Amino acid sequence: MSRIEFRNVRHAYPPPPGQAPVYALKEVSQVWEDGGAYALLGPSGCGKTTLLNIISGLLTPSEGSILFDDNEITQRPTADRHIAQVFQFPVVYDTMSVFDNLAFPLRNRGMPESQVQARVIEIAEMLDLSDRLKHRASGLSADGKQKISLGRGLVREDVNAILFDEPLTVIDPHLKWQLRSKLKELHQQIGVTMIYVTHDQVEALTFADKVVVMHDGGVVQVGTPVELFSRPRHTFVGYFIGSPGMNVLPCRLDNGQPVFANNLLSSGYPADTDLSGKLEIGIRPEFVHFASQGIPVAIEKVEDLGRYQVVTVKHETEQIKMIVAEDQLIPSENPQIQFDPENLRIYCDDWAVGADGA
Amino acid sequence: MVRKSTNQKAWLLVVPVLLLVAFNAFIPLMTVVNYSLQETFGDNVFFWEGVTWFEAVLRSERFHASLLRQLMFTGMILAIEIPLGIAVALSMPRKGPWVSVCLVLMALPLLIPWNVVGAMWNIFALPDIGLLGYSLNSMGFDYNFTQQPVSAWMTTVLMDVWHWTSLVVLLCYAGVCSIPDAYYQAARIDGASSWAVFRYIQLPKMKRVLTIAILLRFMDSFMIYTEPFVLTGGGPGNTTTFLSIDLVKIALGQFDLGPAAAMSLIYFLIVLLICWVFYTVMMRNEEQ
Repeated sequence: MSRIEFRNVRHAYPPPPGQAPVYALKEVSQVWEDGGAYALLGPSGCGKTTLLNIISGLLTPSEGSILFDDNEITQRPTADRHIAQVFQFPVVYDTMSVFDNLAFPLRNRGMPESQVQARVIEIAEMLDLSDRLKHRASGLSADGKQKISLGRGLVREDVNAILFDEPLTVIDPHLKWQLRSKLKELHQQIGVTMIYVTHDQVEALTFADKVVVMHDGGVVQVGTPVELFSRPRHTFVGYFIGSPGMNVLPCRLDNGQPVFANNLLSSGYPADTDLSGKLEIGIRPEFVHFASQGIPVAIEKVEDLGRYQVVTVKHETEQIKMIVAEDQLIPSENPQIQFDPENLRIYCDDWAVGADGA
Repeated sequence: MVRKSTNQKAWLLVVPVLLLVAFNAFIPLMTVVNYSLQETFGDNVFFWEGVTWFEAVLRSERFHASLLRQLMFTGMILAIEIPLGIAVALSMPRKGPWVSVCLVLMALPLLIPWNVVGAMWNIFALPDIGLLGYSLNSMGFDYNFTQQPVSAWMTTVLMDVWHWTSLVVLLCYAGVCSIPDAYYQAARIDGASSWAVFRYIQLPKMKRVLTIAILLRFMDSFMIYTEPFVLTGGGPGNTTTFLSIDLVKIALGQFDLGPAAAMSLIYFLIVLLICWVFYTVMMRNEEQ
């Protein structure tokens, strides 16, 4: 087991002839502490899988270096890195039994058969595969196969980290829950570093102690689920996490306080007055309220989600979403809203500014 | 009570197909059966012989010899073409501009008519003027496929390998290309050697196409006629007289229609039996 560090890692896939390379990963410096449960969250194409494959050595980065416990391993092959990786689609060796599948990584490394036996039985026990060890792997259902893929990762005792690349994509929803709790449980049992790639915020937030949010080839924020929700450092984190996402509205500044469409607002995180760039405010729908005095709006849509209502209102041309308690009445005449100053943040060129912003 | 009126006219729609099948398959086959059970001296006069011809063919040493030659030939070409085809398919590029070049090169031999292949190899292998024959002889090998059985066999097998390995390659290549990258990545993570990758990933994924390749190559080579006929004419002596060459000799050379018909039916049943056994074994394996 070891601590994994990225130093200025950049990666570009070979471009089509005659074109400049496009960086799938734009400069990532990041430390993965030993034994942590990390989630790598971001939309499709943001570089998550690239980052994962660089850790496992399936890809060699174009620039930068990777260190395991301060040893440079950037050029070392996959086999030397002791990394286990589980892919999006289950990979099983069709002609082998479940037992042989689980034993495969151990046998390839020349482990004595008696130890292989013991280890496979132990892992099969953890994954509830014990009664199917003799079956052919190809006969199992998708979740069974994915458990085998998981098992092949877990069976090796010497791994530095286990990487999961959207492992639950092909699993039925009710089994997703089970497998995810299983993973969490396994993490607590064996304490090995786990990095879990997903584009599903629920999955990321339930699995991980620390969530790494990626956007457009870079890491935009690393934090606990609470931090990501209450203090998004980048507008992307704001609207990617939370449902519905954060309202991002254009503004200008007046003495460090934001002005949205000629309404002077107050923010708990005032900015320096001399900011230049694209200025915006971010406010989560949870922190927008109806008030007797505030910004006049027109109500566009009310969606009742059972436990709360999502109200879409409009001020001039800007749409604002707000979350309103189930039993609260929506004002019918001349509605006005207010933003909660403690949770109103100013963003300059998409990055948070003010007190503990940048 | 309403009685259902039955209208059988729809059967008429099937008549064209029935006629087609009858005239191109069923009637010719029955004619062969007819000849195999009787003796005729022409003038449409027949004498009933029962299973005499079948017994005669099965007991004939000539038939045993050509069946043995046939089995040896098919065994040899399968033993060469299948591993060679797999090896070539695995070493072909899977992306990039060379893919289409390789595919076209591979497809070329398959596009050449069989008798042309025979003629090409005949000229190519001639010991006095052919490139292959002349080169071998000038290197000190005693090579003459028109007179030496070993040379004749070598040339026939080589010709078949040249002509048909491409088919195995193309089928296997399709199988290899359908393997998702994740399998190779997983194998690297699991520390698999390249032999293990072949044994546990590529070979199992190629199994279906390989089954088809083996079946096709078995059937085609077992019924091979044109190429060896043009190349060696079954000689020297009878050394390259395979089953179908022998059959034609009996039927059209000697005009022994009865034994020829019986032999055709036995021949047909052998092909059918071997294919069925092979296919059943492969598929049973699959289900387990």
